Amino acid sequence: MNTTKEKNIAKKKVVHSESSNGVSRTDRIAVRKTYKMFVNGQFIRSESGRIFGFSDGSNEVINISRASRKDFRDAVIAARNAWQSWRSKSAFNRSQILYRIAETLEGRKAQLVHTLKRQGLTEKDALVDIENTIDTFVYYAGWADKYVQVFSSVNPVEGKYFNFSFHESCGVVAIQDESGKGLSTLAAMIAASICGGNTCIVMASELNPMAAVELAEAIEVSDVPAGVCNLLTAYKNELAQQAALHMDVNALIYAGGADELSTKMEKSISSNLKRYVRFLPNQFNRKSLLNPYCILNVQEVKTTWHPISI
Amino acid sequence: MASKTIAKNKRVLDFSGGWTYAPAPESADHFTIKEKYDLFINGTFVKPSAGKYFKTINPASEKVISEVAEASEPDVNKAVESAEKSYQKYWSKLSGAERGKYLYRIARIIQERARELAVTESMNGGKPIRESRDVDVPLSAAHFFYYAGWADKLNYAFPGAEVKPYGVAGQIIPWNFPLLMAAWKIAPALACGNTVVLKPAETTPLTALKLAEIIQEADLPPGTVNIITGAGKTGAALVNHHKVSKVAFTGSTDVGKMIQNALAGTQKKYTLELGGKAANIIFEDASIDQAVEGIVNGIFFNQGHVCCAGSRLFVQESIMNTVMRKLKDRIETLVVGDPLDKNTDIGAINSKDQLNKIQRLVKKGIDEGGECHQSSCKIPSKGFWFKPTLFTNVGQSDTIVQEEIFGPVLAIQSFRTAEEAIEKANNTPYGLSGGVWTDKGSKIFKVTSSIRAGVLWANTFNKFDPSSPFGGYKESGIGREGGMHGLSAYLKQV
Repeated sequence: MNTTKEKNIAKKKVVHSESSNGVSRTDRIAVRKTYKMFVNGQFIRSESGRIFGFSDGSNEVINISRASRKDFRDAVIAARNAWQSWRSKSAFNRSQILYRIAETLEGRKAQLVHTLKRQGLTEKDALVDIENTIDTFVYYAGWADKYVQVFSSVNPVEGKYFNFSFHESCGVVAIQDESGKGLSTLAAMIAASICGGNTCIVMASELNPMAAVELAEAIEVSDVPAGVCNLLTAYKNELAQQAALHMDVNALIYAGGADELSTKMEKSISSNLKRYVRFLPNQFNRKSLLNPYCILNVQEVKTTWHPISI
Repeated sequence: MASKTIAKNKRVLDFSGGWTYAPAPESADHFTIKEKYDLFINGTFVKPSAGKYFKTINPASEKVISEVAEASEPDVNKAVESAEKSYQKYWSKLSGAERGKYLYRIARIIQERARELAVTESMNGGKPIRESRDVDVPLSAAHFFYYAGWADKLNYAFPGAEVKPYGVAGQIIPWNFPLLMAAWKIAPALACGNTVVLKPAETTPLTALKLAEIIQEADLPPGTVNIITGAGKTGAALVNHHKVSKVAFTGSTDVGKMIQNALAGTQKKYTLELGGKAANIIFEDASIDQAVEGIVNGIFFNQGHVCCAGSRLFVQESIMNTVMRKLKDRIETLVVGDPLDKNTDIGAINSKDQLNKIQRLVKKGIDEGGECHQSSCKIPSKGFWFKPTLFTNVGQSDTIVQEEIFGPVLAIQSFRTAEEAIEKANNTPYGLSGGVWTDKGSKIFKVTSSIRAGVLWANTFNKFDPSSPFGGYKESGIGREGGMHGLSAYLKQV
């Protein structure tokens, strides 16, 4: 038994540590990573002090923070506080910030592919998923300053009034990601929410915690203001319902299959009439996810009447 | 004595003499309201399966006008089945252009029968004939006319996407604008290619049943529109019917939440048009007389039975006294009485229940320390009436400021800065509408862009148009009705 363990350790050293001349040192101990949650621009552990174990198939122990309901409430406060200034930013500015996320991710492609592989994807699937993830941010970066133009209207009402309708953000969006391994579906839900001025709280999939945290790390260094995008790692059975019930959350996006939990969640959104958006597994594809109507799902239409006569 | 000079500050407007109007009632002798109405299912009027009927009254006289059928579950089932059959057999096979022509027909017949519809509306719902004649009926016709034109142009409203109808739409409407709400629901549903089962409100079924006659006259394929009368139970059966794939509801926030809850896990699409507690904000640089007219229209239009009524007034401190004086003078001139009289400004409260609710909330307002001022007008002894009422000395957390009253009751507060007004205006779970009165353009846009509500009126209030999307933020609802944006409520992307 001892020998197997030793072999594993040796193997890992080969994978993780390299000497300056590009050849792995056999005596180097790898530096492991602490996977923290991302709330209000900071990487934090759960206030509850709890963790859950995640395995990448090796013997390495990976402790993931297990968010509590209090963590969720704190994240809502952060998201709500960030919303006012985020939605007031120019659309061009939001567009550049989304594009910057793509730039950052491009530089971290190898790292993310590696992490997705550790979460169980094949090299090929991981690469496709990360490239889609990057392109998703580029796609929505482009929409940030265009969707209002495309979907707004000047309405030819009777009488001497100038009447127009346009979209604006609906507020704080909670995202429950059960799309499985990979980041591209999650990326679309985040990008479609924040490109239109919303702030969001992601509850990452239990299958996907490491890559999700690394996505948050990329977001953190991409000029996204604190609180605009928050990410929790949690048990869905513990937090999904809480998100649906929270009175200061305006919308809930859920990507996943139909099950008892999703129905329970849907019942709870009537607490404050949340907007509910749902992506079923057959929609985890580029046609459904790269689509300006995904932005409109978490927008409100405002109509203003203005007299013309004096 | 009369020649005595009165000191300038003692002068008051005296409306007690010389201001009476001669009665000018609209006649109701040019059409008939049947003694009994059956359910409109599959193109014909059929008896309810349980054989039950309920009385519908004139709230201004409490007299019974007619009896209408109460649809129970088998009737709802029959109506939905016939809508489904029509969808499969006729409506989904028609081209958009042909569907549109049916809608144009309906619009035209509403215009032709306008007077009958207006009088019926005022008799059954209590609203002044001036409003049913000039607002409800013409807007209903216009709504059909507007959406008729969309029927063959739907793809232009959804750039880059392909859309198709849901199938059968189950629609439930309230009693405050019975015909207009039926038009808001039916017109876009049909234009987008859906078929319809509509349930009008329990207290105001008559104009919807006349609309059923109009649909018969327009010769729509049988079952394309079904209109079934009843109360909450009928509505619940409709919402929960498995063949209804789209639910549209206008009514209270409480019921809206129940519907959202009931539809969980069903994949049914829904739009909800719910309550409101709109802020009307008047700045010191506003044209005050114009603003006072707007405030009066904002809260007393349709007896305040309006989800987007301007029921909270925020007045900038410097003009508080002037606005209050003018407002009190103005409500003295409002004519409260016979809905069929063309001089009437405020008609009857829609029902005994609603009157009780208004009375209960007003009493609570007084109990909580609010100062209540009412017009000194006389109200008829029979029927349901409530005098125009103003509340001052109220705070943000008072019931009268927070709860939707749905009556002619205005809660008035003051503010100093635009920021304060905006914060107070947004301090509500609702977000349907809002108003701002000022002469400065940039101030208008600062306020309208900061208020979290779906419809904002600047230097006007309570204006509606078929081309103008209507609907709420937050707990005022989900989705929009009217305009191009109202189409997405009845189409799904493929």
